[in-house]
Amino acid sequence: MGEAIVITSGKGGVGKTTTSANLGTALALMEKKVCLIDTDIGLRNLDVVMGLENRIIYDIIDVIIGRCALKQALIKDKRFDHLYLLPAAQTSDKSDLTTEGMEKIVAELKPEFDYIIIDCPAGIEQGYKNAVAGADKAIVVTTPEKPSVRDADRIIGLLEQEDIEPPKLIVNRIRNHMVEDGDMLEVDEIVQVLSIDLLGIVADDEQVIKASNHGEPVAFQPNTKASIAYRNIARRILGESVPLMSFEDEKGMFSRLKKFFTKSK
Amino acid sequence: MIGNKQIITIKGTREGLSLHMDDACSFEELLEELEAKLAANRIDSADQIVGVHIQLGNRYLEKEQEELLRRMITSKQRLRIESVHSEVITKQAAIEWKEEAEVKAVSRVVRSGQVLEVKGDLLLLGDVNPGGCVTATGNIFVMGNLLGIAHAGKDGDTDAVIAASYMNPTQLRIAGYISRAPDHETDGVYMECGHIDDEQQKIIIDRLQAVVRKRPGISSFERRMLNG
Repeated sequence: MGEAIVITSGKGGVGKTTTSANLGTALALMEKKVCLIDTDIGLRNLDVVMGLENRIIYDIIDVIIGRCALKQALIKDKRFDHLYLLPAAQTSDKSDLTTEGMEKIVAELKPEFDYIIIDCPAGIEQGYKNAVAGADKAIVVTTPEKPSVRDADRIIGLLEQEDIEPPKLIVNRIRNHMVEDGDMLEVDEIVQVLSIDLLGIVADDEQVIKASNHGEPVAFQPNTKASIAYRNIARRILGESVPLMSFEDEKGMFSRLKKFFTKSK
Repeated sequence: MIGNKQIITIKGTREGLSLHMDDACSFEELLEELEAKLAANRIDSADQIVGVHIQLGNRYLEKEQEELLRRMITSKQRLRIESVHSEVITKQAAIEWKEEAEVKAVSRVVRSGQVLEVKGDLLLLGDVNPGGCVTATGNIFVMGNLLGIAHAGKDGDTDAVIAASYMNPTQLRIAGYISRAPDHETDGVYMECGHIDDEQQKIIIDRLQAVVRKRPGISSFERRMLNG
């Protein structure tokens, strides 16, 4: 029996879809059977990030209103045989997606897959409720900015009322130089305010944007910072204990010495 | 019927008249006697209005009965009712009173968009995050970080205080007073307490020890009872 994990954030644009795509890919890289579900009806883009847009025939609304079987709507990934995507509808009526419909789909997928990753739309309205309906676990994505942390806090409060495990946190798009200068919130500070377990941290990496544009999740790349971060998170989801990676840029001996002396002042 | 025992005894005190009403007779008898007493002691209309304290003893009055009594007294004479005191209250009123007088311990994080309301004092074991709000009719004690809004003395108790292990709130409200965080970023303070300063007539934050000195009754049961 698989596990359904919803990726949510409250605020838009913090990287829910990117995180969904990359965690799905990273889990698939570890030989897990994974199904991604895009629940952002009308604004679907998980298929774009995965590079599967041209393969869509049926979508989640078609499944719910019975225009096709669930198996027909699932799109097999072009890189893995055990990674699938259930795309969101682009033009159908939003209100056709209900919590009951969502629960049914997830229940049907669970025996077939190890992990079901649900990409949640921004906001706390019906779309959010649908996405959370079938989930067993939740991952909250935030960036090190106040508005994003505030919304994450709000969404954690709402998730606590659901019948799911306490949510875990991913801090996305960390720019180390800004944190060092005090212009960005520190991860410790965010974790302290939100008081939930930290699942992972992801650096703000240009490669992520490049990869999204090419429809190839960054988790595929062997050694960019973001891809390692996503693969580490996937390993933690599988239960391994992986230390958080350091963001310190590789600097020369001189600058490290300089730092040492400025600290000791 | 009642013999010589007087149903209503009138005493003059420094605070005005004190009307002691027998609590063994029926309410009708009481009203009858009161009417007679009021008619007997006619007071000149030029006289000053006198304050009256009514002592009901072990009698409980319904709202309508009390209204009737008040109307009778104030219409017949130049009297003003200062207080109506009864030794008994209903069970429901007692339960409400007890609720107001309790310290409610809650352990959770009050997150953005959440509101935690209690009657009486609030002891929160956890944080109030930015965007979160806690209110109490009494004091608020936060064993954690107070970063959101706290409203103590919500029903108007200006003696209420707000204390927190770490305080960097968006707003502090006590009774009808509101103070907000400064526009520049601040570091917050540890183990301090917000209260209304009588001279400045605004909310100020001081060390916990200093506030305890100003509000010696802060933790006493009597204070909470009287607030009820």
